[in-house]
Amino acid sequence: MSALDVILSGTMLAQTARMTIPYGCAALGGTLSERSGVVNIALEGTLLGSALAAVAAAHATNSALAGVVAGVACGAVFGLVHATLVVRGRIDAIVSGIALNLIAAGGTRFLLRGLYGSSSNSPSIQGFRFADGWGLLARTMLDPFLLTTILVVAVAAWMLRRTRFGLRLRACGEDPSAAQAVGVRVAAMRTAAVTLGGAITGLGGTALAYDLHQFQAGMSGGRGFIALAAVIVSGWRPWPAAAACLAFAALDALQIVLQNQTKLPSQVLAMLPFVATLVALVLVSKRRSGDMRAPAGLGKHPG
Amino acid sequence: MSSTSTRSLPAAFAGLAVGWLAFCVLVWLYGASPRAMAGLLFEGTWGTTYGAGQVLFKATPLLFTGVAVDLALRAGLFNIGAEGQLAVGSLAAGVVGAKLPAGTPLVIAMPLALAAAMAAGAAWALVPAILKGRFGAHEVISTIMMNSIASSMVGLALGAGGLALTGTVRTADVVPGARMPRLDVWVKGLEGSAASFALVFGVLATILTTQSYRRTRFGRELGLVGENPVAMAAEKVDVKARITQALVVSGALAGAASLGTVLGYKGYFEEGLGAGAGFGGLAVAILGRGSAVGLVFAALLFGTLQQGGLAVNAFVPKELMDVLSGVVVCAVALADQRLQRGPSVGAPRSKVAAAA
Repeated sequence: MSALDVILSGTMLAQTARMTIPYGCAALGGTLSERSGVVNIALEGTLLGSALAAVAAAHATNSALAGVVAGVACGAVFGLVHATLVVRGRIDAIVSGIALNLIAAGGTRFLLRGLYGSSSNSPSIQGFRFADGWGLLARTMLDPFLLTTILVVAVAAWMLRRTRFGLRLRACGEDPSAAQAVGVRVAAMRTAAVTLGGAITGLGGTALAYDLHQFQAGMSGGRGFIALAAVIVSGWRPWPAAAACLAFAALDALQIVLQNQTKLPSQVLAMLPFVATLVALVLVSKRRSGDMRAPAGLGKHPG
Repeated sequence: MSSTSTRSLPAAFAGLAVGWLAFCVLVWLYGASPRAMAGLLFEGTWGTTYGAGQVLFKATPLLFTGVAVDLALRAGLFNIGAEGQLAVGSLAAGVVGAKLPAGTPLVIAMPLALAAAMAAGAAWALVPAILKGRFGAHEVISTIMMNSIASSMVGLALGAGGLALTGTVRTADVVPGARMPRLDVWVKGLEGSAASFALVFGVLATILTTQSYRRTRFGRELGLVGENPVAMAAEKVDVKARITQALVVSGALAGAASLGTVLGYKGYFEEGLGAGAGFGGLAVAILGRGSAVGLVFAALLFGTLQQGGLAVNAFVPKELMDVLSGVVVCAVALADQRLQRGPSVGAPRSKVAAAA
């Protein structure tokens, strides 16, 4: 099979769909957080932490659903802590994000040794069983995580545009002082937005771990950062962000699918998503008008 | 917390106290005795001259990357890319150090290897610097991407690029003249520890850099650009140029951290050598911010945590120390904010985006 056949194959499509889930969830989490005015580079650590929480709970209870609940809850906790430090404690959002990523990277390894006596990975878990015996494509497209992700993106996009909560959330991101002046409780709104975003990112972390049927140290592998880039590239909008994630996921899948197909050194493929992210950032930074700009109150506190 | 002010002392103590509390709680939760582990931690670090030497050794690259991040922060930029800049700088130091003729004297070999490391680090930082200056791409995202690209690129250069010895992921040994002498030449008690004169250069670089913030025109302009880029642009200061220069000099300083790892410790570069020091530098800069004493103290603190982690690793995973580092960073930033409720760093940063 030539490299081109592989790229156009169903395997590639299935891989892409599966890799989109963690990116898409993290990007949506980032969108909610940043539209409310809170920069969130802690997405990376949130993915990592929730992946371990999900696996630990699924392993302990032998229930895949319990794992999802734990993963989402852990993501929400990350969001809540980030929001509390930034919104209430008023420390710089980048500083808080760096610290949370550090805590997640060290903490997951710490817990991995404490829980399973391993410094690299957890025991394997079953995950969800569905559509057994069906084709790979059908199994991928019926993946509960994929369906949930699409649903969550749709609901979040509607919520941001059409609901009172969404309007207030965007008001906090555009002009926190004005929002406060008209009676919006900016701190509470932002805390809710970042926590909700963390929960959705936690769903992505859970999917990441369930995809490999185990937790591996450092398994987020920069996906949280790429997701944040997808938020910027998309102009802080849910559907375009999901589309950008699909593109990054395709590069990720390409790397996996092509690994045994080409003589290219593996590192060339491994750096593809990151180079693409840089290129995308440069391309979009040219147009900074209308809908596509950053929320004006990003990183600002109400006066 | 304006970018010209340094951390207050009470905030530093609050951070230490919270860190200590977190240590006790986490060790206890893990099922070990905090008292016993604290004993081990002390014995493995400041309790013996060897341990103290190892702390100094661990603190050396952190000091370089810390002052690198601090300089960029001065101009209102988060250089999260010190990790990647150090990786390519270390590779350059190892390769150039090994290619020199075997008899090259120290006064020539050392500056050449160091210059290579700094040039490589600066070149790596130039990419996000240009993306920021010309296109306004946010340096936080671009430097993070450059970190990931650096780790692939270094592997590529060592493997496919043929810079590694066959069948290994390390370069050839650097020539004797490019090796940074160990500190035990001066202090006999440090025998066996990997602390080298790179520490002295790290302290010098820290003092020179922090002094330049006040005493040179470039340094003062950096700080003012970080404070209020709009006003500086009105004063005919080239804000974009200052931002680019800040990132490039920061990259060069991060590359210089290879003095303590490649040239002062291993004598060659291998994949992963010095990994983590770039991120550690972020923590050092956040704590030490703008003051030489603060940066040295912060580097020693995180060096102590790293070495202490190894001392307790048989009983409690050494990654405990990464968690503690994160907790201390949060606690210090939080305490600092409580103590001097000034404008947040967010304010000047958003102005940078507006002007650039």
